[in-house]
Amino acid sequence: MTGTALSALAAEHVSRGFLSTSGVEIVFLLVGLVTLGAAVVTVTTRQLVHAALWLVVALGGLAVEYLLLTAEFIAWVQVLIYVGSVVVLLLFGLMLTKAPIGRSPDADSGNRWAALGVAGAAAAALVWVVVDAFRTTWIDLDGAPQGSTKVSGEILFRHWVLPFEALSVLLLAALVGAIVLSRRKKEEER
Amino acid sequence: MSTTTTAVLVPLLPFLGALAGFLTGRRAPGLVRPLAVLPTLAAAVLAIVVACRQGGDAALDAATRLTPTGSVPVDLALHLDGFAVLVAVLVGVVAACVQLYSTAYLRDDPRYPSYAALVSLFTAAMLLVVYTGDLMVLLVGWEIMGICSYFLVGHYWETEAARSASLKAFLVTKLGDVPFLIGIFALAADAGTFRINGIIATAASGGLDHPTLVALLLLAGVAGKSAQFPLHTWLPDAMAGPTPVSALIHAATMVAAGVYLIARLLPVFAASAAALVVLAVMAAVTMVGSALAALAQDDIKRVLAYSTVGQLGYMTGALAVGDRGAAVSHLISHGAFKALLFLGAGVIIHAAGTNSLAAMARMNGLAKRIPDAYWTMTVALLALAAIPPFSGFFSKEAVLGAAEHAATGGAHGIPAAAAGPAGWTVLIAGLVTAALTAGYATRLWLLAFRGKGAEAPDHGREPVAMNGVLWVLFVPTAALGLAAWKLPDWFDGRSLTPGLTTSVLSTGCAVAGALVMYAAWRRTAALATRTPLGAVAADPDASPAVSEIEAIASHEPVYGTIAAAPDPGDPGRLLLGPLHRHAVTGFHLDAVYSTLFVRPTRAAARLARFLDREVVDAYVRAAATAPGLLGAAVRRAQTGNVQTYLGALLAGSVVLAVTAVLVATGA
Amino acid sequence: MHLVYPAVLAALLFCVGLYGVLARRNAILVLMSVELMLNAVNLNLVAFDVWLRDTLHAGQALTLFTIAIAAAEIGIGLAIVLQVHRNRGTADVDRLRDLAEDAPDPDTDHEHREEKAEAAA
Repeated sequence: MTGTALSALAAEHVSRGFLSTSGVEIVFLLVGLVTLGAAVVTVTTRQLVHAALWLVVALGGLAVEYLLLTAEFIAWVQVLIYVGSVVVLLLFGLMLTKAPIGRSPDADSGNRWAALGVAGAAAAALVWVVVDAFRTTWIDLDGAPQGSTKVSGEILFRHWVLPFEALSVLLLAALVGAIVLSRRKKEEER
Repeated sequence: MSTTTTAVLVPLLPFLGALAGFLTGRRAPGLVRPLAVLPTLAAAVLAIVVACRQGGDAALDAATRLTPTGSVPVDLALHLDGFAVLVAVLVGVVAACVQLYSTAYLRDDPRYPSYAALVSLFTAAMLLVVYTGDLMVLLVGWEIMGICSYFLVGHYWETEAARSASLKAFLVTKLGDVPFLIGIFALAADAGTFRINGIIATAASGGLDHPTLVALLLLAGVAGKSAQFPLHTWLPDAMAGPTPVSALIHAATMVAAGVYLIARLLPVFAASAAALVVLAVMAAVTMVGSALAALAQDDIKRVLAYSTVGQLGYMTGALAVGDRGAAVSHLISHGAFKALLFLGAGVIIHAAGTNSLAAMARMNGLAKRIPDAYWTMTVALLALAAIPPFSGFFSKEAVLGAAEHAATGGAHGIPAAAAGPAGWTVLIAGLVTAALTAGYATRLWLLAFRGKGAEAPDHGREPVAMNGVLWVLFVPTAALGLAAWKLPDWFDGRSLTPGLTTSVLSTGCAVAGALVMYAAWRRTAALATRTPLGAVAADPDASPAVSEIEAIASHEPVYGTIAAAPDPGDPGRLLLGPLHRHAVTGFHLDAVYSTLFVRPTRAAARLARFLDREVVDAYVRAAATAPGLLGAAVRRAQTGNVQTYLGALLAGSVVLAVTAVLVATGA
Repeated sequence: MHLVYPAVLAALLFCVGLYGVLARRNAILVLMSVELMLNAVNLNLVAFDVWLRDTLHAGQALTLFTIAIAAAEIGIGLAIVLQVHRNRGTADVDRLRDLAEDAPDPDTDHEHREEKAEAAA
């Protein structure tokens, strides 16, 4: 994509103004707010299991955002893998480590204020840079969907086959590693 | 074998003996005594052979140059003239006697091997000094003697007195050696050579640019080595060493090295009238002062030490009036009889179990217990007091005759400006000292051998090695005077026979001194019996060295000082009167040194220590503390909490990122 | 659609995850926060991919890979946390202070010794 194309895109949408209100944008904003809120609750709640459940909300919200960005295959993958398996894994982990059910007073460690400062500074810096950089940029969501399953399958198995296969090996290694790590010690000692 | 080869062997043999002694001393105890005695004895014999072959003819010179040494060459040179060969005979004979004597005296000493090797090394060094014709080589021997003296004085290092005495001897002689070294360099710079012959030739032709300066610098080294005022204070303290060492090093040889050196370099000194006058005054002060101090000493060896200082004063006096023949003849006869006196004193100390004259004065019949020592020492004391016909009389007469010659204007070879003052100074001081010498010799004899009181303890006969040596040395002591008619052939040819005036005067002074002392003793002897005093060694049957260690160690606790005893029966105390208190301490010269040198040095050392510890170290400590504090501060961040680390890392990343963005946008 | 919306949302999600990683005590909650950060990145990737209309769709492909890797990571991470919990009896990140120079907590010290005994065995 060339610079002239970019400027052409910008010229096409210039009539919309900075805070245009198409339906997609409003939905995106609302879902984004929900996602962000769920994420904030996830990292602040004192109930550990609730944190996992709020994480489901945040990840689901993200899946909706993917859909809104016309990346439907990724949205489904998001739902399947994250909501379906990762969160379940995390819940299992919470149970196996005998995490307290209910409010635990010490869910946050002592350096939360420092963490807040760092995160706040990072957020300010990032938002400032991003807004400054993309103030006048619009995404063209019209036309053919960018991330339908057909498109994704074609590019994955046409252009990204080798990394895909390498990734499968990585997953296998992670599988073996997880099993080895979580096996009971007694067998080794024997 | 040529005379030169023989002469090379003379210092070489004791050196090899010393080397062998050091190497095998521990492993082969049976070899120690032969290795100690035989090389020295052989060296003595060879020295006699060399002397006979040389026979007082023209000086024999031989030199070899090992390697080029820059602008002024250093040669391994031999210079054999009458002085050298005769002094070498004295050194060889006394060293052999002392080695023999030591085999008995230190028979049970665990450190005897190193002692014997050091004595051999010393002998080699002294013979090197005597024979060499090159000042640099002479300096090597000179310094080896100094270090051997240090080790041997400190042989009884268990006693505090010996430790401090060895240090004092070393430091004081080094104090003289530094100007001495500078003097040698100045001399060589003027003459362009270290060879004594060349230097003398230059001096005789008036080629020396600064004769007075050079002579005074050399004089400092000589005063240190030969224990002349004001650097004589180490010698009485050095008596804390073993008696044979005192006999060899501090009576017969090393202290004579300074006199010998001036005798060799006399033309250099004669080139400067001022140096000769200084030499004469130094000799006079040394003579009279040391004789007075000798009158007050209680330790028999300290009496002899001060006596040595005084007799060395006679020799320097003879040199001050330009007669080196007289000086060296007195050196030789004094070496013989003073070695005899010291070795005899060793016998007395063993027999009496004490070194204190006050304690001996309260013993009856000490003379009967040790008849050999009694008779030989009596003769040696007569020689010391210059009573005819013993050796001391002739050599001292030669000195006084030379002084009289100079005083009456008959001297030659020295500047006329110096002859008169130097001659008179030496003559008058010599006569006074003759009386005083006879006085302290008489006092020594009376207190040691004519004591009254309890019977002297009986430890049986002294070992043959000790008594035999006394009789060997007795021969030159008694008979060397006969050589007075032969010796001028070996020396400069000037007559050494006694003159009538000085003979009568000095013998009269000596007899008067002896009689006055005897009279005083008659008065005080009765007092002595009424006041018990003294302590004797705890192990009288052990080897003589043990008695001596105990005597030295117990003198100060028992009598209060190392030098004197509070003895009302001492005739010296009666005669000296109020002077006694000062004479005991050597006229407070040590205290003066302490005020002038020791205390400022210590203060400077304290200042340096303060500066080092408080100022310099402060920076060093700060350099260590600052990183330490910094480390402690940084260490507090090492909490082990990964989240903290990560937080710090990310905060840093944010800062960096913001900075990068700001820089990139040019804000 | 304005590109700023997804970009800002991604940045904020990332920082929320960052806060969680730094502030949470329980290791599993820390892992959840890491997931949030990864998802923020994914959102960014998808948004830019759509904006750029990349013919290779590198952004979407990378997102898929990231999801796969995240799944693997959560598996390994949970295994480690379980192992730590089994050995130490706790999954609290700020009590795992073996990296501290000295003065570990009394209880971890105790377990520390146990672990050493184990290592020796």
